[in-house]
Amino acid sequence: MQRLALIAVPYAWLLALFLIPFVIVFKISLSDIALAIPPYTPTLKDGFGPFFSALDFENFAFLASDDLYWRAYVSSLRIALVSTFLTLLVGYPIAYAMARAPEEWRPTLMMLVILPFWTSFLIRVYAWMGILSQEGFLNQFLLWTGVISTPLTILNTNTAVYIGIIYTYVPFMILPIFAALDRLDGSLIEAAEDLGCSRFQAFWLVTIPLSKNGIIAGSFLVFIPALGEFVIPSLLGGSGTLMIGKVLWEEFFNNRDWPVASAVAVILLLILIIPIILFQRNQQRQAEDEA
Amino acid sequence: MTQTVFAPWDDPSKKPLIRFDCVTKRFGDFVAIDDLSLDIFEQEFFALLGPSGCGKTTMMRMLAGFEAPTEGKIELAGQDIAPVPPNKRAVNMMFQSYALFPHLSVYENIAFGLRRGDMPKNDIDDRVGEMLKLTRLEKFARRKPHQISGGQRQRVALARSLAKAPKLLLLDEPLGALDAKLRQATQFELMDIQEKTGTTFVIVTHDQEEAMTVASRVAVMDEGRVIQVATPERIYEAPNSVYVADFIGDVNIIKGTAKPSGSDRYEILHTDGQPPFSAVSETSFSEGQTCHLAIRPEKVSISADRTADADNAVQGKVLDIAYLGNLSTYYVELPGGQVIKAQTANTRRVSRRGFTWEDSVWLSWTATAGVLLAE
Repeated sequence: MQRLALIAVPYAWLLALFLIPFVIVFKISLSDIALAIPPYTPTLKDGFGPFFSALDFENFAFLASDDLYWRAYVSSLRIALVSTFLTLLVGYPIAYAMARAPEEWRPTLMMLVILPFWTSFLIRVYAWMGILSQEGFLNQFLLWTGVISTPLTILNTNTAVYIGIIYTYVPFMILPIFAALDRLDGSLIEAAEDLGCSRFQAFWLVTIPLSKNGIIAGSFLVFIPALGEFVIPSLLGGSGTLMIGKVLWEEFFNNRDWPVASAVAVILLLILIIPIILFQRNQQRQAEDEA
Repeated sequence: MTQTVFAPWDDPSKKPLIRFDCVTKRFGDFVAIDDLSLDIFEQEFFALLGPSGCGKTTMMRMLAGFEAPTEGKIELAGQDIAPVPPNKRAVNMMFQSYALFPHLSVYENIAFGLRRGDMPKNDIDDRVGEMLKLTRLEKFARRKPHQISGGQRQRVALARSLAKAPKLLLLDEPLGALDAKLRQATQFELMDIQEKTGTTFVIVTHDQEEAMTVASRVAVMDEGRVIQVATPERIYEAPNSVYVADFIGDVNIIKGTAKPSGSDRYEILHTDGQPPFSAVSETSFSEGQTCHLAIRPEKVSISADRTADADNAVQGKVLDIAYLGNLSTYYVELPGGQVIKAQTANTRRVSRRGFTWEDSVWLSWTATAGVLLAE
């Protein structure tokens, strides 16, 4: 009985905060647009019989017919994958340096990684607009040093989106990799060198495989939110940046087409469920390895 | 048939495999190794013995290449090894923590070093098979390190460090993580493997019993210096200093002043008003020089009556008895207040023990039983 009560807590949480909202969104995606409040039909006011008979998959068929949507999905996937990879390239050396730093320095370094979260995410993205714009700090600095003669166009391009995503999500990459590297026994590297490895071979054959779980965890933590990212592409990206989060926003607020927006969200969730399941299996396997 | 005794250190024509030549190692202000010179010969099983912090692990790490000497040089087979990085040295190390790669199977752990060279695949397979057989691990080749026991892990670590057939194998507290029974069995296994492979072993340990059991020679270290290098028998029977005598085994140290009484015989005046002890010593002492008589407890016999023909006999009172099962150590207080330990084998049941607390007993030992040490 007690055990049942204990399990009930997380399930109630899941039900209230995930399943019920999802059912509502899914129901709206099966509805039709209407000039009403709320802006869709049918609602339960119409009675049970008409309510269920009026639901259909029209909106999903619409998503498949217009290539804007699937191009947005593919583009989002590509941007999320590339930026996850770039975040790994940036985050791994930082995590490695942190794990190798003297013991007394580590809490400070950890603090510095987490520090940006103390200010508003929106303000930090706006700050990047100030850095990357034509008259921004970066261009002024490069012009002053003489590296370039005309200002670079970075803001409102995909490059700016990549920079924004890497900047925002790199702590999520650093922390799990740092945790993995921090636990790594230094004598393993010495053993590898003793057995004939060069420094680089020892890194490749021992350090990388033993931080694999951290790399996987960090990559999912970056990839999953980056896929549905809305703020960064809409503030830093240009008209050519096609991301599903942006499309969803426009359907919802500009077109006030809640049913189509909901259908977009349902598909996005289905796409995300695959990496989420993979991520959880990785976590589980890691826990089993440690047991 | 004459059996030749393995003692290359007594043969001046033999070249040592390893030579520490006035090696000093400092970490900042801390002197870990202090102007140390030492020769280790081929096929030796050499033990570095000392308390923690005496520099024995630093010496091993210098041999492996993880630390460089601050001064002096280390030669391996006549060549200075300072410029050779660890991955190019014909030296392998078995780590205290074993340092097995957790993501690789037992087989892959052993093959790890072999795969770094340009050895053909078949030869690697043969060599790993040979190592698995030597360490009796054939059944566990496919397992991961966390799926085998501590003793098996220890053998994997040994097999891995032997796989490349190094000229020199370094063992850092190899048996530290094993329980007492397994440690004893493994000590003999190590000696057996050392003999079979003919590899030179250098073992670091703080366990004197382990060093005595396995090693052909033992170096007793303290504060970055080697105090004595000798065979286990010499270390035990003829320590060169009070430090060594005290570090190895149990010992009675009687401080006194020497008075020559023959060619190599001395009388030791220890307590006012008590008859002097007599001892034989190869090293000479001048009259009135401070000396320490070191006698092992098992060389002191205990009896109810005075033994007639003993060189030294002294009466005392049993203060305490330490019963160890096979042995008993009697703590006997002499009239001057000095406490001497005497050890006897318990050949009879304890209920039939001859002496008990507060009994008056006689202790006796011969003049050659102890060693006379200056400091």
